Amino acid sequence: MYHRRMRTYALKRILSLVPTWIGVTILVFLMIRMIPGTVVDQLIGTEARVDESTKAAMRAFFGLDQPLYVQYGTWMGGLLQGDLGQSWRSGLPVSKMIFDRLAVTVELGLLALVISLLVGIPLGTLSAIRENTPLDHVVRIVSLFSLSMPTFWQAAMLILGLSLWFNWVPPVDFASPIRDPAANLKQMIFPSIVLGTVVAAQVMRMTRSSLLEVLRHDYVRTARAKGLAERLVVRRHAFKNALIPIITVIGVQVGYLLGGAVVTEQVFTLPGVGRLVLDAVSQRDYPLVQGTIMFIAALFMLSNLVVDLLYAYLDPRIRYD
Amino acid sequence: MAEVTAPAVAVAAPAHGRAEWRKTARTLTRNPLVVAGLVMVVGLVVVAALAGLIAPYDPIANNVRAALQPPSSYYYFGTDRFGRDVFSRVVYGSRLTLFVAITSVAISALVGVALGLVSGYFRGWVDNLIGRVMDIFFSFPALLLAIGVAAMLGPGLNNAVIAIAVVYSPVFGRVVRGPVLVERGKEYVEAARVIGASAPRVILKHVFPNVLSPLTIQATITLSQAILVEASLSYLGLGTQPPFPSWGTMLYEGREFLETAPWWSIFPGLAIMLTVLAFNLLGDGIRDVLDPRSRAA
Repeated sequence: MYHRRMRTYALKRILSLVPTWIGVTILVFLMIRMIPGTVVDQLIGTEARVDESTKAAMRAFFGLDQPLYVQYGTWMGGLLQGDLGQSWRSGLPVSKMIFDRLAVTVELGLLALVISLLVGIPLGTLSAIRENTPLDHVVRIVSLFSLSMPTFWQAAMLILGLSLWFNWVPPVDFASPIRDPAANLKQMIFPSIVLGTVVAAQVMRMTRSSLLEVLRHDYVRTARAKGLAERLVVRRHAFKNALIPIITVIGVQVGYLLGGAVVTEQVFTLPGVGRLVLDAVSQRDYPLVQGTIMFIAALFMLSNLVVDLLYAYLDPRIRYD
Repeated sequence: MAEVTAPAVAVAAPAHGRAEWRKTARTLTRNPLVVAGLVMVVGLVVVAALAGLIAPYDPIANNVRAALQPPSSYYYFGTDRFGRDVFSRVVYGSRLTLFVAITSVAISALVGVALGLVSGYFRGWVDNLIGRVMDIFFSFPALLLAIGVAAMLGPGLNNAVIAIAVVYSPVFGRVVRGPVLVERGKEYVEAARVIGASAPRVILKHVFPNVLSPLTIQATITLSQAILVEASLSYLGLGTQPPFPSWGTMLYEGREFLETAPWWSIFPGLAIMLTVLAFNLLGDGIRDVLDPRSRAA
C-alpha cells in the first residue's frame, strides 16, 4: 500500500514537471528577447556605420525577421530532439560549449558542497550537544555572519588577503584537474570555500536545530536512561533521524550553488557554465543563453524533484496530494 | 450576498486582540537576538534619515585632487578614484539599500499574499493555475532569475526592485497558501460562510490574521535576501547606476582598485554585511518567538 502510494506520488510529481518545463522554455525564450539590443547591434557596435539593408540581411541571417512563434517553434523542435542549436558568435554547437565548461562548474559545486558538509555537520552537531555554551554561541554567530556576506565581496576580500600575505593572484589560465591536479586544486580551493560558506552555514544551522529537536524525544531519553554513552546516543539514535531535514537543506542549496557559481566564476575568472551565461547575455547570443539557462533550470528542477521524492520516501507522514 | 453585521454565531477567529499583540511584543523584546537586530536596524534607519547631517561631504561631487586617499581624519573611509568621500557615500548608500529592501519586499509580500490567499481559499483550478505558474519561477536559482529580469528591464534602481519582487513573490505565495488551506477547513470559517459572509470578507477578516506570523518571519528574512540580491545585481552592473552610491555599485566601481585602494571595497562590503546581519538576527529572533516549533533553531 505504502509503496503503491509512493509510486503514484512519484509519477504525479514527475509528470507535473512537463508543463513547468514548457513554461520555463517560454519564459527563457521571451526574457532574452526583451533585453534591449540584438546580436546584430552587438556585432556592429556603436562605431561602425552599416546601412539598413545590411542590417536587415544580418537579421534575416539569424532568423530574427521571423515571427516570434516561428522562432520559438524552430528552437523547440531542436530542443525536443536534444539539439540546443548553435552559438551565433562562435558557430559551435551550444551543447558542446556547455559540455566543455561543465567540468569546471561541477568541480566547483562539488568541492563547495564537500567543504560545507565537512564544516557544517560537525559544527552543527557540536553546537547542538553543547547547547547554550559559549562554543554554541560562537558557532551560531559565525554562521550568521557567513550568511550575511555577499559572495563576491567575500571573494574580493579573500583575494585581497591572499595577494597581500601570500602573493597569490587568481591564475589567468585554467589548470585541468586531470593534467595538473595540484595546480587545479590550488586554483579551485578558494572559489570553493567562498561558494561553500553560505551552504556550510545553512547545513550547520539545520544540523543543530534538527538534532536538538530529536534529542528531546522520549526514545533518546530512554537510550540515555539505559546507560548508553552520550556519543552513542547521538550517533546511533539521534543523528539518523535528524538527517531528513539536513538532506532537504542540502538539496535546496543546490539551487544556491548553481546561482552562486555565476558570480563566483565571474570574480575568480573561472571558465565555467556560469560565466558562459553572463557572456552569452552580454553578446545577445540567443541560442547560447537559451541553452545554458535551460540547462541550469533543468538541473535545478531535477534536484528539487530528487529532494521531494527523497523526503517523501524518508518521511512516510508526508501527504501525497 | 448580504453582509453580516451582528455576530449571531460565534465566528471569532483565534484571538488576535490587543492583549495578544502586547504579549507577543513583550516576548519579542525579551529575546536577545531580536533586541540586537532591532538596535542595528534602528541605527541604520537613523543613519539613513540623518544622512545629510552625518555625511561630511557631498556623496556625488567629484574632487579629483583628493582621488584615492587612504582613510584619515579628513576622510574616515578614504576616497575613491573621483575623490569622492567613501564614508559619505556609505552613509547615503543606506538610503538606497533601505529603499530597495523595503519596496521590493513590500511588493513581493503584497503580490505573494494576494496569490496565496486566493490560491488557498478557492483551491481547484485557480490554485492549480497559480501553482503551475509559480513552479515556473521556482525552476530558476533566485539570483539567476533576478539577473534575467534585471537584464530584461534594463539597468537601474527601480528595475532592480522589480526584479527582486519577481523572484520573491512566489516565495510569499507559497508561505501564505499553506496556513490558508489549514484555516479554511476550520469550523469558524465554515460558520462565517454559512451565515453568508462574502469570500473577500472571510479571507480578509478571518483567514488573513492567521497568516500574519509566517508572513512576518518571511518578510524579515526576505529583507536580508533582497539586500544581498541588490548588491549582486549592482556588482554585475545591472542595479543602481553610477554615480549614485549604492553599496553594491561602490563595490562594482572599486573592484579594479582592490589592491591600490582596498578601502573603496572594504567599507561598503562591511556595511552590507552588518545590515544583512541585522535583518538576519531579527528574522531568527522573530521566528523563535512566533514559531515555537523551530524554537530549537
